[in-house]
Amino acid sequence: MRRAVLIAVPYLWLLALFLVPFIIVLKISLSDIALARPPYTPQLDLNEGWAGIRAFFAGLDFENFTFLSTDDLYWKAYLSSVRIAGIATLCTLLVGYPIAYGMARAPLEWRPTLLMLVILPFWTSFLIRVYSWIGILSSEGVLNQFLMGIGLIGEPLTILNTNTAVYIGIVYTYLPFMILPIYSALEKMDESLLEAAEDLGSSRFSAFWLVTIPLSRNGIVAGCFLVFIPSIGEFVIPSLLGGSDTLMIGKVLWEEFFSNRDWPVASAVAVVLLLILIIPIVLFQRSEENAREAGR
Amino acid sequence: MAESDFAPWNDPEAKPLIQFKGVTKRFGDFTAIDDLTQDIYEREFFALLGPSGCGKTTLMRMLAGFEEPTEGQILLNGVDIGHVPPNKRAVNMMFQSYALFPHLSVYDNIAFGLRREKKPKDEVHARVKEMLRLTRLERFAQRKPHQISGGQRQRVALARSLAKAPKLLLLDEPLGALDKKLREETQFELMDIQEKTGTTFIIVTHDQEEAMTVASRVAVMDEGRIVQVATPDVIYEAPNSVYVADFIGDVNLIRGTARLRPAQAATEAAAPPPEQASPETTPAAPVAKEAAAKTDGPQPNPLGRALHDRILSPIFGTWLEEEPRRLPPPSAAETAKTPAAETPATPAHPQDIPPGGLEIDWSDGQPALLAANGDPALDGEKVVLALRPEKLGIAKTRPDAPNTLKGKVIDIAYLGNISTYHVEIEGGVMVKAQAANTRRISRRDITWEDEVWLSFTATAGVILKDE
Repeated sequence: MRRAVLIAVPYLWLLALFLVPFIIVLKISLSDIALARPPYTPQLDLNEGWAGIRAFFAGLDFENFTFLSTDDLYWKAYLSSVRIAGIATLCTLLVGYPIAYGMARAPLEWRPTLLMLVILPFWTSFLIRVYSWIGILSSEGVLNQFLMGIGLIGEPLTILNTNTAVYIGIVYTYLPFMILPIYSALEKMDESLLEAAEDLGSSRFSAFWLVTIPLSRNGIVAGCFLVFIPSIGEFVIPSLLGGSDTLMIGKVLWEEFFSNRDWPVASAVAVVLLLILIIPIVLFQRSEENAREAGR
Repeated sequence: MAESDFAPWNDPEAKPLIQFKGVTKRFGDFTAIDDLTQDIYEREFFALLGPSGCGKTTLMRMLAGFEEPTEGQILLNGVDIGHVPPNKRAVNMMFQSYALFPHLSVYDNIAFGLRREKKPKDEVHARVKEMLRLTRLERFAQRKPHQISGGQRQRVALARSLAKAPKLLLLDEPLGALDKKLREETQFELMDIQEKTGTTFIIVTHDQEEAMTVASRVAVMDEGRIVQVATPDVIYEAPNSVYVADFIGDVNLIRGTARLRPAQAATEAAAPPPEQASPETTPAAPVAKEAAAKTDGPQPNPLGRALHDRILSPIFGTWLEEEPRRLPPPSAAETAKTPAAETPATPAHPQDIPPGGLEIDWSDGQPALLAANGDPALDGEKVVLALRPEKLGIAKTRPDAPNTLKGKVIDIAYLGNISTYHVEIEGGVMVKAQAANTRRISRRDITWEDEVWLSFTATAGVILKDE
């Protein structure tokens, strides 16, 4: 009985906060745009009883999804989102791994402080932190002034409003999600394994490749998914730091919703995005399961 | 035993495999190894024994290359390896935690070192197969380390460290994670493998039984120095300091002042006539006859020997044991003088008290304890008589022995095969005596609060300078 209650709690949570909103979005994506409030038809009218319900279901169709496949803007946006998220994830890994490694090898008494420092940025609003990058990256920004000040460059670099700025923004924002799982994998690693590898004739560098990397694989995989999945749908970073040629599905979705007020198409975009994201999520879960089995 | 033939440390011609020359290792202010000089020979099974923090692990890590000596040299086959990185040494180590790579199978773990040498594939395969056979792991080759038992993991670790056929294998508490029974089995396996491969083994352990079982020589360490290096029997029977005596096994320490023993004639007059005394205290007449029969020669005959071992020793304690003991007494000078010269001349009765040595005044109003093997140079010094519990006999009646102590049984520890009696002797000193439980426990005649007599021979103990 207690078990059933305990299991029911997360399921109810998922039902209320994920499944119900998803069904609502799915319903809107199957509706048609209308100049009304809310701006779509059909509406479910329960007062008319059975006839009303039947009329409601008759009004739903896949028109919006067909539209998504005919306009190349959408699939280009999806593709570009995946590419940007992929490159940004790789950059985050390259930046995050050494940080996590350093933390895991730091003296024991330092580690809580270092962890704290990694988590600390979350205490400030995400929006403000991304905004402040505008001040750093713009042509009169801190970075350009510094680089010109030391004479490294003659004229300001154009970083803001390019994909580079988006990468910087994503790496900066999602770095903790990369560091924490890698750190926890590296911290668990027995250092005598590296000594054993060296003792058996491998150099420090090859010991790192042969032992440290394989043993932190689970952390790397978890970190990559934790960065990749939210960055595909990222909206704030590309709209604040990206340029007119930065095409990301989050931005498209926003425009459909608020500029065009086309809720049904926006909902269809969201549903397709979710379906795309299900692939990495399933992969992630499978790798977690493997990790759990191997860890036993 | 093969051990007695194998003693390169006594051979001045033998070339040591490992030489420590004035090695010191400091970590900041802390001196882990203090000016250590020691030779270790090929094919030796050398045990480093000591309490935690004595520097034994540091010594081993310097051999493996994980630590560099602050001062001094470590020579391997005459070449200084003090600053050679671990991956460039013909030395392999078996780690305390085994340090098996969890992401690799047993096979790949063993092959790890061989693959680093860029050996051809079939050569690696052949060597791994050989190692799997040696450690009886063929069936588990494809398993991951977490899928096998602790004992199997230990064997994988051993196979992996032996795969590269190192000149020297270091074992850091190799059996610490195993339970007692498995540990004992594995000790013999280790010795067997060491013999088969002919590799020099250095084992670090804090378990003195383990060190005694496996090692050809044991080095007892304390505070960064080696206190004594000797074969297990010498370490046990002839420790050179109170520290070693106390660290290895169970020991009774009786403190007192040494006094040179009177001349030989006086000794013989003072001591009760050895064999004639036996019948008075021996309960059964045939036993006495057999005991008398033993006076015929310097060596007891097999029957007398059996009688002594089975019947007399449980009652009176073992007085025969110093005869077959082939150990150097603590002092070489003393050996040269008295007992060696005397023993062959007068065919000694097993119970005879060898002349010379020391008497120890240990308590006012108590007779002095005789120690024929005491170093005369210790005359007048504060000394400790170190007595192993199994060298003490325990009886309800006063036995005829050179040294007797009267006391009361305070506690009895029943260990199945033997019992340890905690006896409070006069002066409040607690003394432990061990006796084999040759009879069923219900028929044991000594119990708590009993008045008993403890006895030991004049050479049962070791006289050490009090520190």
